Amino acid sequence: MRNSTFWLATALSVIAVFAGSRLVSNDYFFFAGYVVLQYIVLATAWNILGGYTGYINFGTSGFFAIGAYAAVVLHKLWGPPIPVAILVGGVLAGLVGLGMGMLTLRLRGVFFAIGTLALAIVVQTLVTNWDFVGGSRGVYIIRPATAPLLGTYIHYLFLIMLVLAGIAIALARSIEHSTLGYGLAAIRDDEQAAEASGVPTLKLKLISTTLSGALMGMAGAPLPYYVTYLDPASGFNLAYAVNAIAMPLIGGMTSWVGPLLGAIFLGIIQQAATVTISSSLNLLFVGVLLVLFVVVAPNGLTGLYRPQRRRREA
Amino acid sequence: MDEALLKVDGLGKRFGGFVALDGIALEVRAGERVGLIGPNGSGKSTLVNCISGNLKNETGTVHFEGAALDGLPAYRRTRLGLARSFQLPKPFRSLTVTQNLRIPLLYTVNARGDTRLSEADLAARCDDLLRLVGLEGKARARPRDLTQIEMRKLELARTMAAAPKLLIADEAMAGLSHSEIDDILALLFKLNNGGIAVILIEHIMRAVMSFSERLVVLVAGKKIADGAPSEVVNSPEVVRAYLGE
Repeated sequence: MRNSTFWLATALSVIAVFAGSRLVSNDYFFFAGYVVLQYIVLATAWNILGGYTGYINFGTSGFFAIGAYAAVVLHKLWGPPIPVAILVGGVLAGLVGLGMGMLTLRLRGVFFAIGTLALAIVVQTLVTNWDFVGGSRGVYIIRPATAPLLGTYIHYLFLIMLVLAGIAIALARSIEHSTLGYGLAAIRDDEQAAEASGVPTLKLKLISTTLSGALMGMAGAPLPYYVTYLDPASGFNLAYAVNAIAMPLIGGMTSWVGPLLGAIFLGIIQQAATVTISSSLNLLFVGVLLVLFVVVAPNGLTGLYRPQRRRREA
Repeated sequence: MDEALLKVDGLGKRFGGFVALDGIALEVRAGERVGLIGPNGSGKSTLVNCISGNLKNETGTVHFEGAALDGLPAYRRTRLGLARSFQLPKPFRSLTVTQNLRIPLLYTVNARGDTRLSEADLAARCDDLLRLVGLEGKARARPRDLTQIEMRKLELARTMAAAPKLLIADEAMAGLSHSEIDDILALLFKLNNGGIAVILIEHIMRAVMSFSERLVVLVAGKKIADGAPSEVVNSPEVVRAYLGE
């Protein structure tokens, strides 16, 4: 499928999902759906760096929170519409992503992963000690009484996240089938051989970390409006980092389908567990599923059907 | 003497206190076949890494087609036409054989700016390269399904995809059988006939002697001989380095 066709198909899917959601009268559906969509964006963003380029990022929560706190600052200063906050959060997180890309100059493999974890902790410490955004006490965000377009605020947030998820997926898919995607795959497989094949590895890694970070920041920007009370413990919650890694791993890391499936699968299980069993049990499910998948389906959900296809090719 | 394609002058490289290369001078003319030999640890691969930009040399200069390469990253040197293969094959393991060849095509031929290969051109070029090295039947295989010699051929094909003027083959034959070595040698001759200069780094003397027009010997980071192969292997210094006194 050509890229333009895929963007169109994604846009139509977004419209279809949104139209379908208008039939749901229970607001809880939107609260839960928002979280699942947010994880689609996070997992897809993580996979651009982790799956395509081969650099493991443990600092997802840092980028996510940069977006969220950018929205808090904007809200306190001026109170712009959420899409503006998303853009600003995306740019800021993208810049930090660019900085993280510089780390790849010296750090590879596990050392890079540790570096990203440290980066998230540094950002968290800064925010915790910044009074303007509430410091460790947290900050209340008073939503406007009515939302633009739809009236109900949670419906509006759901729509925003749905559009973001569509953009993230279409972007990931375009990268996959482009010259950039081939270059990233070369870097993932062997960086020296990539250089020897003419791939400007540093430049491509910087593009990858910037895009990945920016998408994470964009996913975080609507968060203050969703939770209405944001403190560092929730903004920098480890669950974001863990899920952003677990979802592509469980779904499959080689294509855009993996993070999408993983996020829907794990996201729904977690939401269901939160309501039916207990809200603290959710991460346990992630752990159990991860172990299960490493043993049974090391290439994720998308890897399950692939071996058969290859046999047919041969 | 006409303008050298590759000109290395006073090249030096240390790892901590260990001097890996010491004042190496080397010239390669366009279309020439040069053999580079030396005992293990004599600095052959380090020299290749310095020329191709994988390592930074501390002293000396490298010129390619008259232009200084100092400070240029490896990928820029590949785009200029200076390609190398690796001692241990480094295929892109998650990609098929054809896709392995697409990467240098996309990032050198297309990136040079004067030509833009269409999807059909790319496929045709990949087919040509596969036919050149004799891997037609393996186009959709993954590197893990290849034999050792097929892996070497893929490594050479990928190097060739960058359309180089100088090819540095770093031990492209190590671990291969007698007839497989002949295969690779024939391939290298074929590439050379197409006008590409080749530096062959090899321990297998039979291959080096039959291939090289000129032989360069490195010992402990110093160049101790450079000349016609038959003279070089009989020179007392080289004999001493290899056999001891």
